[in-house]
Amino acid sequence: MQCPKCHAPMHTYNRNGVQIEQCSGCRGIFLDYGELEALTQLEAQWSKPAPPAPQAYPAPPAPAWGAPHGGGHHGGGHGGHYGGHGHGHKSWAHMLFSS
Amino acid sequence: MTTDVTPQLTARIRAAAHPDAAPCACATTTLAHRPDTTVLRHAETVAKVHAPGTDPAALTLRLATAARLPDVFLPPLAPAPAAFVDDRPVTLWPYGAPVDPDAPDAAPWEAAATLLARLHRTPPAPATPPMRGPAKAAHAIARLRKALTGAGSHPAAPPVFRAWSALPAWARAEAPVPGHHPGTLCHGDLHLGQLVRYPAPNGPWRLIDVDDLGVGAPAWDLARPASWYACGLLPPDAWTRFLTAYRAAGGPAVPEDGDPWPALDVPARALTVQTGARYLAKAIAANRPLDEVEQSLIDACARMAPE
Repeated sequence: MQCPKCHAPMHTYNRNGVQIEQCSGCRGIFLDYGELEALTQLEAQWSKPAPPAPQAYPAPPAPAWGAPHGGGHHGGGHGGHYGGHGHGHKSWAHMLFSS
Repeated sequence: MTTDVTPQLTARIRAAAHPDAAPCACATTTLAHRPDTTVLRHAETVAKVHAPGTDPAALTLRLATAARLPDVFLPPLAPAPAAFVDDRPVTLWPYGAPVDPDAPDAAPWEAAATLLARLHRTPPAPATPPMRGPAKAAHAIARLRKALTGAGSHPAAPPVFRAWSALPAWARAEAPVPGHHPGTLCHGDLHLGQLVRYPAPNGPWRLIDVDDLGVGAPAWDLARPASWYACGLLPPDAWTRFLTAYRAAGGPAVPEDGDPWPALDVPARALTVQTGARYLAKAIAANRPLDEVEQSLIDACARMAPE
């Protein structure tokens, strides 16, 4: 599928069970009928226990192959901690120091 | 099976640290000991035995580059390999204090970025060898293939190979870097283990490890943090600090503003594949499952090149 805006190829991936298409060029997102509602519902479920996070800065851009829930979707909640996946601090720290 | 070079290296480093051959009570400590590299410290001197097969002439050119950039690199103590141990070149360095591996939150992202920008803005000397980043990525793939020949197949291997095949030839060390004449001076293997404070413990940060230093695509040096960020491992604020400092220092690898990913995409994919291949080969050799972090690299490979 090609992006209707910039005509770069769009890649499909699955966010929380919802198939979405993201453009590899402009990173725009295409949603099929009902997908926005599905995402909104999922978000409502996820955000219920969490306090409303103040998001002072927009997340920096990330590539289409990046982690759907990472690379730009951490919000401010991690505060500079190394554990974006919810792993312990040490679980990937070794990777920071090796070739 | 390679010889254990530690005893010979210990004798060398003691002689280098005490040129008057005075008896000493200093301890010799091991800073790194891997199959292809050994680094020892004696008093304020550090000696590194380079990997078997290291080209001494190219290494000497790389040392010369480091020596003429004392505001970027830890300065070598000698302009050429000081000795050979088991046919492997030995280089001598002053001791520098590394990043604390237990406190990666205190990682000097801004300093790393500024040093890289400074390096990338330095015109390379005419005979500078190529940056070895793509060759290292190819080596990681070769090692994964070798690990698989003993183990048969592994479900995580096909996405890694697919993502590798989807990379352009230059990123697989199969063609020269396009459009880089005369090329940009690059470190070639940036990670947090490549930074030390010199003089220790509070001097300015400097880069170490000249083995992969050379002329190539400067985005390669930004690609490891970029890959970590894209894989959801490095938090956005650390990535932003790194990128912002690089741009502020006039680094040429990415445009001054706007989306850096068109410039970073290929090297960041290559480094993701390289890291995924390395950890997968290790997991296969140890006959253990991948952990979540390792799996996140494989997942990224799968998204780069769907089946």
